Amino acid sequence: MITAGRIVRLAERDRAEMPFVLDGQMRSALAGDTVLTAMLASGYALRSSEFGPEPRVGFCLMGACQDCWVWQDEGPRLRACTTLVVEGMRLRTTPPETWP
Amino acid sequence: MIETRAPRIAIVGAGPAGIRAAATLVDAGLHPVVIDEGHSAGGQIYRRPPAGFTRTPEQLYGPEATKARALHVLFDKLAEEGRLTHCTRSSVIATHKDRLHVLGEGGVQVISYDRLILATGASDRVAPVPGWQSAGVYSLGAAQIALKAQGVALGRRIVLIGSGPLLTLVGAQLVKAGADVAAVLDTSSWRQQLQAFWQLASRPVVALRGLVLRARLGDRYHAGVTLERIEANTSGVAALRWRDAGGRERLTPCDMIGMGWHLRAETHLADLTGCAFIYDEQWRQWLPKTDEMGRAGNGVYLAGDGVRLLGADGAEIAGRLAAVACLSDLGRPAPPVSADLRKLARLERFARGLACAFPWPDEMVRALPDDAIVCRCENVSAKAVRESADFGGGEANRMKSLSRVGMGRCQGRYCQLAAVELVAAQAGCAPDAVGRFRGQAPVRPAPIAAFLRDG
Repeated sequence: MITAGRIVRLAERDRAEMPFVLDGQMRSALAGDTVLTAMLASGYALRSSEFGPEPRVGFCLMGACQDCWVWQDEGPRLRACTTLVVEGMRLRTTPPETWP
Repeated sequence: MIETRAPRIAIVGAGPAGIRAAATLVDAGLHPVVIDEGHSAGGQIYRRPPAGFTRTPEQLYGPEATKARALHVLFDKLAEEGRLTHCTRSSVIATHKDRLHVLGEGGVQVISYDRLILATGASDRVAPVPGWQSAGVYSLGAAQIALKAQGVALGRRIVLIGSGPLLTLVGAQLVKAGADVAAVLDTSSWRQQLQAFWQLASRPVVALRGLVLRARLGDRYHAGVTLERIEANTSGVAALRWRDAGGRERLTPCDMIGMGWHLRAETHLADLTGCAFIYDEQWRQWLPKTDEMGRAGNGVYLAGDGVRLLGADGAEIAGRLAAVACLSDLGRPAPPVSADLRKLARLERFARGLACAFPWPDEMVRALPDDAIVCRCENVSAKAVRESADFGGGEANRMKSLSRVGMGRCQGRYCQLAAVELVAAQAGCAPDAVGRFRGQAPVRPAPIAAFLRDG
């Protein structure tokens, strides 16, 4: 489950598991994961491009390119590469239905 | 002038340059405010993993572990003792009249300063390869950060492309960590790299270390390649099409590509404070203009890769020098600088060697097919960028208005150099004649709510 997604964990695998919700499904991250790591260890996309057909998964990982902003079920969008995942976070790869 | 209060000095960035600048000011009895986006000091190069990670500095930073540890310990001690103020996870999003607008978790606060030291660092200098908008294409820096700060590889089968010291370093680090690295493809030829031999020999240990890392890549490493196209399926990268130095067509299946051609100085804040810029022919980019100490004028000082691309060792020295310049301008006693200036000159010679050995791939960019994406943020094509020259001439800001290249969420950080190259070719002029994008605040996205105040 931990390596079911796009990225591969090579080190620091002994951290505590931390449940979060991705697109309505329970997933498991490790304490200290960024939102980007958590989402891409369980899946293949952070969001869809607004200007093309391709999914997006971040690019610079240092807060410069802004490619990795993701939606939550509630609350503000998060920059996935610079935000640590928190237990019970409800993340999504598509905008919420309430978004116009 | 008689000082009626202690001068307020703000430092933006807590990498090697910001840390050394802060420590030098503290030694002189001042209390700087250090604003940084990280959760702890170190910058990108000496970035620390979150709490709970257990790899040692030796495992994280290799031969640079001693330097990394020294900077971390020094800064943490000064912060703990209350001799500086450290604003963590905070972005300076705008400057106006000696005031910084700082976005943190609690919203935007204004920090006023008398002197400002900008140590904003650099990010990867990237060039478009057809298909690079696909999921799974990252910068080389991203691949390194993922490994260092999270212990992960960004894909199951990795190809690294570009040129520069980071290409070899990231490749060797990933191989050592157990990642599946299929190929490391350098657009610079062996001949080009040998031309810089004597300049690179000015730091023999560093040059030798690079060769050892290169050797560890074995037959994964290819010099003088031509990058043709990134093939993708619906979930992202599927393969890279390229030609080897002999012109043979190659197809390497992979699900992740890391790319970078050395570094691009992060200069948005320098621009907003009104710094003058000069075009650097060797680095093929606009860099802020300073004196040898880092003085940009109007009480602004620059240090580190945000002004001269010398790497971490150079950044430490430049940080000290900027602080010394600041102290002398305040009429305070400051430590001597002649040894630091000599060291910096040697690092500069080496860095010029790197620029020559691992050049920006201008011919590859100019040859981009019309349907290739130049701006990854808004999928602006090479055709749209070229056509802007027909309507707006070869001028950077007209190109931006007409094609929207540089107007997306990265604000031109990852497309500007390539777009300028394309427009210059179309207009028949040199890239520096095209100029550069005007910096615009906010330099990071900021939610409207951050500006709202209670009541």
